Order: sequence, then structure tokens, then C-alpha cells
Amino acid sequence: MSVDQATVRRIAQLARLSLSEADVAPLQSELNAILKFVEALGNVDVDGVEPMTSVMPMKLRLRADVVNDGENVTAVTINAPMSEDGFFLVPKVVE
Amino acid sequence: MAKLDLNNLTLAGARDALRNKDYSALELTDAHLAAMEQARALNAFIVETPDQARAMAKASDERLARGEAGPLEGIPLGIKDLYCTKGVATSAGSHILKGFVPQYESTVSSQLWRDGAVMLGKLNLDEFAMGSSNETSFHGPVTSPWRKRGSNVALVPGGSSGGSAAAVAARLCLGATATDTGGSIRQPAAFTGTVGIKPTYGRCSRWGIVAFASSLDQAGPIARNVRDTAILMRAMAGFDPKDSTCVDRPVPDYEAALGRSITGMSIGIPKEYRLDGMSPEIEALWQQGIAWLRAAGAKIVEISLPHTAHALPAYYIVAPAEASSNLARYDGVRYGLREQGRDITDMYEKTRAAGFGKEVRRRIMIGTYVLSAGYYDAYYLRAQKIRTLIKRDFEQAFGAGVDAILTPATPSAAFGIGEKGAADPIEMYLNDVFTVTVNMAGLPGLAVPAGLSAEGLPLGLQLIGRPFEEETLFALGKVIEDAAPKVVLPDPWWD
Repeated sequence: MSVDQATVRRIAQLARLSLSEADVAPLQSELNAILKFVEALGNVDVDGVEPMTSVMPMKLRLRADVVNDGENVTAVTINAPMSEDGFFLVPKVVE
Repeated sequence: MAKLDLNNLTLAGARDALRNKDYSALELTDAHLAAMEQARALNAFIVETPDQARAMAKASDERLARGEAGPLEGIPLGIKDLYCTKGVATSAGSHILKGFVPQYESTVSSQLWRDGAVMLGKLNLDEFAMGSSNETSFHGPVTSPWRKRGSNVALVPGGSSGGSAAAVAARLCLGATATDTGGSIRQPAAFTGTVGIKPTYGRCSRWGIVAFASSLDQAGPIARNVRDTAILMRAMAGFDPKDSTCVDRPVPDYEAALGRSITGMSIGIPKEYRLDGMSPEIEALWQQGIAWLRAAGAKIVEISLPHTAHALPAYYIVAPAEASSNLARYDGVRYGLREQGRDITDMYEKTRAAGFGKEVRRRIMIGTYVLSAGYYDAYYLRAQKIRTLIKRDFEQAFGAGVDAILTPATPSAAFGIGEKGAADPIEMYLNDVFTVTVNMAGLPGLAVPAGLSAEGLPLGLQLIGRPFEEETLFALGKVIEDAAPKVVLPDPWWD
């Protein structure tokens, strides 16, 4: 499989990466090189093989359903590029 | 004691000398801060924290005076800039984390401070640990302290933990933290004549370490010999309820495993690692390693890991897929860089395009593609099934009685800055061909120096172990280290 330029633009949009026109062709050829590299995987017999979900057998732990963190507004927002009164600021999303 | 002596100490030697009051922790830290200042041309450190280092060293001296020394009391270390450090800027080698100062400390680094270690600063790395040469860092490439015999050409230290490996080899710190997703501890260790271990998945907490591919990422140390690496490993390992994949089992005294007899151990030599066109130098190194282990009483057996060839391609589906998901959090809202846009989507897109470098953007794109509707089964699901087969290969070998597996660590010695991967990303990816299987199977892997190339550059061997049997790797690694020609680190040409 290989990607065309329309697919490159669509993937960039899904990944929320703005793309200049000049970026499209080089990225297309790089992505196709990688897709060609992984092509042989299509020939591996994986019938009846379970996909890996956890590399070490482990049972996820449960914790008590209680509040165990919080009241850290300053620590949470201190690194925000824009914040006010303990809130993150974003461009207007509701007209 | 002269400055040079303090920098040439091993971690174990410094630990014992500090307890013996041969010199103070402050003197030891000052000697390393001075070496760092003189080695800025290597670009190994992104952030230097001299004030914090001196304060920590003074506190260590007080504890040493009171007889309350921790296992790493007064030992100056470098921290890979993927580990969040409270109050100290953390960038993951990326522009997108511009200005980010964590309000918390990663579990692994907090355990080092708990044990008395001193932080010298934050070490350079490939952006988000994506790279094998430390050339993708927003802060610029790291130059290896090593050069080819009779040459001044700048070489890469390997990556992604290139700053860690270079700083340890240049004697700027006694040891360093690193991380390994596809070979990022073992490949730079091999390139710089240092020792590095990627522990079993779940042995060290990932909490507070910037995520790349969560099912593959593991923290581990790089140091100048097997003993020092074992000492650091003990402090870094351990259960952490804040990482749901961290395993709750006791941490052994890895140092005590050194010197353990390897007589009768069964060492597997996987025939699939004998690649077409493998350099005769690497083949000879491997044979030498086999001979050393055999001479120490180990039994050598040929094994087959039939799915080896599929590991690297499958990795380049699984790792980018997880990365594209993990890196979705960089949106210009909560931390780091923000570019202005005409609406929120435009702000996201411009921020991410400006903040991520070329390699990271490429991997996000591949990851997004293989997870997208219509391609998920053909790529991602299939790669996860192949991962099951890769792990099964190892389980069968271990099930048949193999205690550990010996392979080369890298397909070549270090190369020049700018020499690889500019036109074809795959050329760079092939660096991890021997290491990536270990991450795919979650196993521990140790890289240990074993000799020099014809051009005088370090070459390493890799030992792969059963899950949670790092002690076996340290015992075997020590045998190779003792048998191999002693590593003579380069004299400082950089100061």
C-alpha cells in the first residue's frame, strides 16, 4: 500500500499538524518508504494468533474509589501558555 | 586529590571513598561541574544545575558525617531530559515543551535522590527519544567524546540517550539515567564504550517520564562499568502504584550478582541475528564473546528466533501508533509552546507544526495512518499479532533451557554526524535491528563493551535475559567485561 498526496493531507489534518504545500511531496515519499519497509509483514501467517495487549502478564490493580488528589490548581495551570483565575484560556469555540 | 582523579573514579570507587572520608561530596560534585563546563562543546547537557548540585552535595556531606549515608550518597549523576524534575525545566529535546517546568518529580529520579545522589543537570536526547544518533534534538546534536583513530571528524554518540552516554564516557558524571524504547540505552552505550541496561518491562516506574511508546518504554541506567550499572539499577527499580504497568516484586541487590559463577549456564546464539552482509568485524566480536563465555564455563547452544526479521518493521508500526496517541496531549493549552491561530483547530495545527521536529512529525503521521479507519487491521492489529509471535520465539528458547542470549549490540560502530538517514529514514532505523526485539518482547537487555573497531571505536555485545532475571545479565556481563580488553576512554580533547 502507498499513500497519495490527498491522503497525506488528510492524515495531517487528523494528526492536527498544519502542512505547507512544500511539505506534502517529501512527506509522501518518506511515508511510502516506511510503508514499503513494513510491507513484508503482510506475508506473515498470523492466523489464530492473539494480538499482544500486555507484554508482561499482569492484572491491572484497582484502588479504592475515593478522592485521592486535587486542590492543585496552581500547580496544574502554572505551565499553561495562557491562563486566568485557575482556568486554561483557549480561542473562542462557541459563537 | 587532583581534579582528574575525582573524575576518573568509578561510581563504586567514589561511593567507598566518600564513606572513607577521602574527600567530600562537595569536592566530588565541584570536580564534575568543572568538567561539564569544560565539555560544553559536546552539548551533552541541556540544563546545568550547579546550585542545586552543590546544595545536594552539602546535604550528602552532612549525612555522611552523621553516618546516615544512603546507597548513592554524594554520587553526581546526569538525568536524561525525558525525566520530569521538579522545578527544573524539562524539554524531552523538543521545542513544543518550551518553558515547561514540572511541578513533580519522576518516580525513578526521586528514588535516586532518596538514596543520596546529586543531580548535575539534564542530558540531551533525540526529540521525544525518537532517534538513534541524538541528531533530532531541538537543542542540537551531541558530539561523542570518541573519534576515529587519527581523525577529527565529529561522531554521534548514538541515541536516543546520546547525552547520557556521552556524559558518562566523557567523565562528566559517574552515571546517568536513560530510557529505551527500541535500543535507546543499549545502542548509545555500545557506541561510547559504556554499559547500559534496559530492564524488564515493568521493573522501573514510567511515572513522570515523558511518554513515547508506553508499551515499550523502560527506564534504565548507563555507567562506565557493569558494577556501577548494577548499583544504579537497584536504586531505579521498584514498585510504584502510580504506574499501572509497574510490577510489584522485590528489588534484588544486583551488585551481589557480580562474580556469581556462570558455569553450566546455557547461552543461546540466535542464528537469525547473523544478517546478510554483516560486517566481519561484528561477526568476529560476537565469536569472541562466545569464546569468553565458553571459557568461563557456559554452554553455548545455537537457537532459532524465527520472527526476528519482522521485529523492526512491526516496531515501526507499534511505536509510532502509540506515539501519535501519546503526543496528542501537546495542544498548546496546558503547557509548552503555543502559536496563535484563527480558531482553536488552527491554533492546535500551527502549534504542533511549529513545536515538533521533522522526525517526530513523520512518526505522528505514520502512527495516525496505521490507526486510521480502514488500515487499523492491516497494520496495527497485524503488528500486535506479530509481536505475540516474537515474544513466543523467546519463550520457546527460554523454555528449552536457555538462560540468556548473546548477540551483537549494534550492526556497526558509531558514524559521523550528518552521515546517515538524511535521504532515507530507514537507514537510521536499521541501527536498532539487534535491540528492538527485546522491547517488543518486554525482556531485559544489557549492552557491554567488548572491543574496538579497526578504526579504534567501541563495539558492544548484548545479553538478553528472561523476564526479571537482570542478575543473570549482570553476572554474564561482568565475565565479558573482565575478559575483554580494558576500555580506555578518550582523553579530553574537548576542553
